[in-house]
Amino acid sequence: MSTAAVRAEGVIRHFGDVKALNGVSIEFEPGMIYGLLGPNGAGKTTLIRVLTTLLRPDAGTAHVAGVDVLANPTEARRRLGLAGQSAAVDEFLTGEENLHMIGRLYGLSKRDARKRADEVLERMTLTDAANRQVKTYSGGMRRRLDLAASMVGRPEVLFLDEPTTGIDPGSRIDIWGLMADLVDDGTTILMTTQYLEEADQLADRVGVIDDGILIAEGTADELKDEMGGSIVELSVRDADLENTLGALTSALGAGISFDAGRKLISVPAPNGPLELMAVSRTLDAASLIPTQLEIRKPTLDDVFLKITGNGESASTAAGGES
Amino acid sequence: MTTSLVHTRGVGLKQATRDTGIIVKRNAMRNVRIPQLVLFATVQPVMFLLLFNYVFGGSIGLALGDAYGGKYINYLLPGMLVQTALFSSIQTAVGLTEDLAAGVIDRFRSLPIARSAVLAGRTLADMTRTLVVMTLLLAVGFLVGFDAPGGLLRTLAGICLCALFGFSMSWVMALVGLVVKTPEAANSAGFLPLFPLMFASSIFVPPETLPSWMKGFASNQPVTVLSDTLRGLILGDEFLATQSRSLSELILYSLFWIGAIIAVFAPLAVRKYRRTVS
Ligand SMILES: Nc1ncnc2c1ncn2[C@@H]1O[C@H](COP(=O)(O)OP(=O)(O)OP(=O)(O)O)[C@@H](O)[C@H]1O
Ligand SMILES: [Mg+2]
Repeated sequence: MSTAAVRAEGVIRHFGDVKALNGVSIEFEPGMIYGLLGPNGAGKTTLIRVLTTLLRPDAGTAHVAGVDVLANPTEARRRLGLAGQSAAVDEFLTGEENLHMIGRLYGLSKRDARKRADEVLERMTLTDAANRQVKTYSGGMRRRLDLAASMVGRPEVLFLDEPTTGIDPGSRIDIWGLMADLVDDGTTILMTTQYLEEADQLADRVGVIDDGILIAEGTADELKDEMGGSIVELSVRDADLENTLGALTSALGAGISFDAGRKLISVPAPNGPLELMAVSRTLDAASLIPTQLEIRKPTLDDVFLKITGNGESASTAAGGES
Repeated sequence: MTTSLVHTRGVGLKQATRDTGIIVKRNAMRNVRIPQLVLFATVQPVMFLLLFNYVFGGSIGLALGDAYGGKYINYLLPGMLVQTALFSSIQTAVGLTEDLAAGVIDRFRSLPIARSAVLAGRTLADMTRTLVVMTLLLAVGFLVGFDAPGGLLRTLAGICLCALFGFSMSWVMALVGLVVKTPEAANSAGFLPLFPLMFASSIFVPPETLPSWMKGFASNQPVTVLSDTLRGLILGDEFLATQSRSLSELILYSLFWIGAIIAVFAPLAVRKYRRTVS
């Protein structure tokens, strides 16, 4: 019998011509935070909707906390909690009433539902606003109320679709703390996020999804290691750009890329300082002076840009198919 | 394995009732918190009642002669009650689409509750609101001369029957809402099926004056049957003497329509609800 918190196999869901999910398999153990990354339209929300019984896949199977969500949705719903991408709270009820209703729908008595509502309100620091109608809440407060709602039923597996989007940095840190607490209490969390730094900080495992396919998976460190060591970054005056790219490519080979937005040239540096020295020698020999030159460890952003192909590559033979 | 399936597959009737009650309460709270919902639902039929009574009351009243105390309002009010139930049912479609748009339906669908609870909670709460609106309409009716020839008790019985009819129509509108998905579309799509029901009926005038090809439909369709049943209850023998059906036949025919509409549309709506992708 499987004890995986989430296990999905070959999940396919198309909307007309759009292949939102094109054969996704994913599995992870209880007691961790799994971070799902992917560009807009990658299929993150669709996957969460399938796993939380809101959407039937065209093909594939999905289990949450050992329960088959397709065969036994009601039982699966008892074990999962969901905070969707946009806050799903009732404008005309107070924060307290929203949570009380949800507690009641989970089968709690009136008293227990009230107690539970107060607990989660407190955890989300909404106690002061508990008796105000939600229509008076700010966007961030709604978001927090929505998170509170997803916790009312003490789910075994909690699905959070971009939980910190639209939340100020201070509250974001609070929510990170809260998620860590939940995991300490035995909850498993699957979250999506646009903030790679968030996945880096929080997630025990990271999956990258693009065009409906899971294209990479591992711990944040494993993914960074696949980048192959450090990165040398430099910028030059626009007039020197072409010469610089040419000189570096012929001296150092493939893998050099240019980010037009940030006007940064990146050179993979598996041996760290050696490549940095090679870069500076090459530039020196060509009498090119960079406006900026530094070496740094790869971040999840680098991984993300590389494997989702969103970074513009300067060389034709960019390596790194995995 | 089989026992655990039976145990966990859905939820029992007892839980379904409990879940429905919780959602009725939520919707009722919205009705109270959003006064426009009750206000506009009341203003419209009151306006219709007054306009029809004072604009057409003269000419139709002449045609009615001395019947019903010589007052058109006595003939009109039962019909207006049925029309109120019809119009109010559109709010079921609108309210559902608003919940869909706000993501509230997704939240409900992620909870371990009965499949029917969200729709039943909506239609029942809407029925309660319709009862309030009809009572207010009745009060205005009394102010402008309605005198309930059949007595107050029978008038109240008529209102209850009419509320049940509104409840059945709410299931039709639940399906409409789930199909069209946006509040604007729900509003216009909701009216469409109501217009023929409303005008090819006895709400405003006795259907004798309709062209013969329309008469067969008009005298058997639910709105006419309900209006006539209400008149039988509220106006009493004077009205029944003009009818081919007796009061008990009318009541049974009304209950048949209410039951048939629910039997067809409630399962369709619940099915659609389970499959709706917002
Ligand atoms: N109900 C739907 N009808 C039609 N297309 C849909 C529907 N839901 C999702 N899609 C499409 O499926 C694809 C995946 O959407 P999804 O919402 O899962 O992406 P996402 O990874 O959550 O994106 P984002 O980061 O923008 O939230 C998109 O192309 C989207 O347009
Ligand atoms: Mg999304």
